Amino acid sequence: MKFSLIVDVSLREGIADPEGATIERALPALGFTGVTNVHAGKSFRLDVEAPDEAAALAKATALAERLLSNPVIENATARLGQRS
Amino acid sequence: MTRIGVVVFPGSNCEYDAVAGVSQLGAQAELVWHSQTDLSAFDGIILPGGFAHGDYLRPGALARFSPVMEAVARFAAEGGPVLGICNGFQVLTEAGLLPGALQKNRGLTFLCQPTTVIVTSTHSVLTSGAILGQELVIPINHFSGAFTCDDATLKTLEDNGQVVLRYKDNPNGSRDDIAGVANLAGNVVGLMPHPERAMSTLLGSADGRVLLASFVTANVPAA
Repeated sequence: MKFSLIVDVSLREGIADPEGATIERALPALGFTGVTNVHAGKSFRLDVEAPDEAAALAKATALAERLLSNPVIENATARLGQRS
Repeated sequence: MTRIGVVVFPGSNCEYDAVAGVSQLGAQAELVWHSQTDLSAFDGIILPGGFAHGDYLRPGALARFSPVMEAVARFAAEGGPVLGICNGFQVLTEAGLLPGALQKNRGLTFLCQPTTVIVTSTHSVLTSGAILGQELVIPINHFSGAFTCDDATLKTLEDNGQVVLRYKDNPNGSRDDIAGVANLAGNVVGLMPHPERAMSTLLGSADGRVLLASFVTANVPAA
């Protein structure tokens, strides 16, 4: 079976996030007030061939930890998602 | 004569500067395409600056899977001197041959300027010929040069003298002003500044010479 998955990559707690901080600082100038805790990350969409959902998620998690993220500074999580 | 291999990934762009730099110091340098898997002809390996594999995903993320990197890991494990400059430093951290990671600069600005770095450890193939506390003017040229690591790693690096260079005026938000680190043995070193671009006072600075001269003679003193 083919599963459509999304892998989210985000910076680990305590790692500086200059992109998130810059975006947060820019928001008030655009009139968006009351927005805090902005964090930048990446998401990847991929289709994975696997016998079942758990196997597909395991494969996506493995490739996310090996390639899509740098475990020294980033976390990666895989989830089911529809290709838009 | 010392033979230095300079690895060329698709997208490397400082390989000729690295060759010229070590050649000026009496070494014989040769370009090594990233598909090569035999490094036995060399006494030292340099991973030069540039944008290996387009820096796609993250700087160094794809380059670490180039065939040559398994050979670099073996070469390093056997005690061979390995130097990563700028993008080469990023590749070495991604490959797990050096601790930590390089993030986007604080302020999200590409930085291209001379910087002053301070030698904070001489226990490495890059700094063995320098003097502790020596200040060197060496240019940087990067977007993702902010060194980062967790608290435990930082403590280990400091306790073991693995932080070899620190910025005098931190330009990029690097943790603890770190500009260059070594592995525990001192034979693998990475730095964001470009010593190969500081080889002549006529071109601004000759302070890179002491670093590359150390590397070419590759003498690792005891800690």
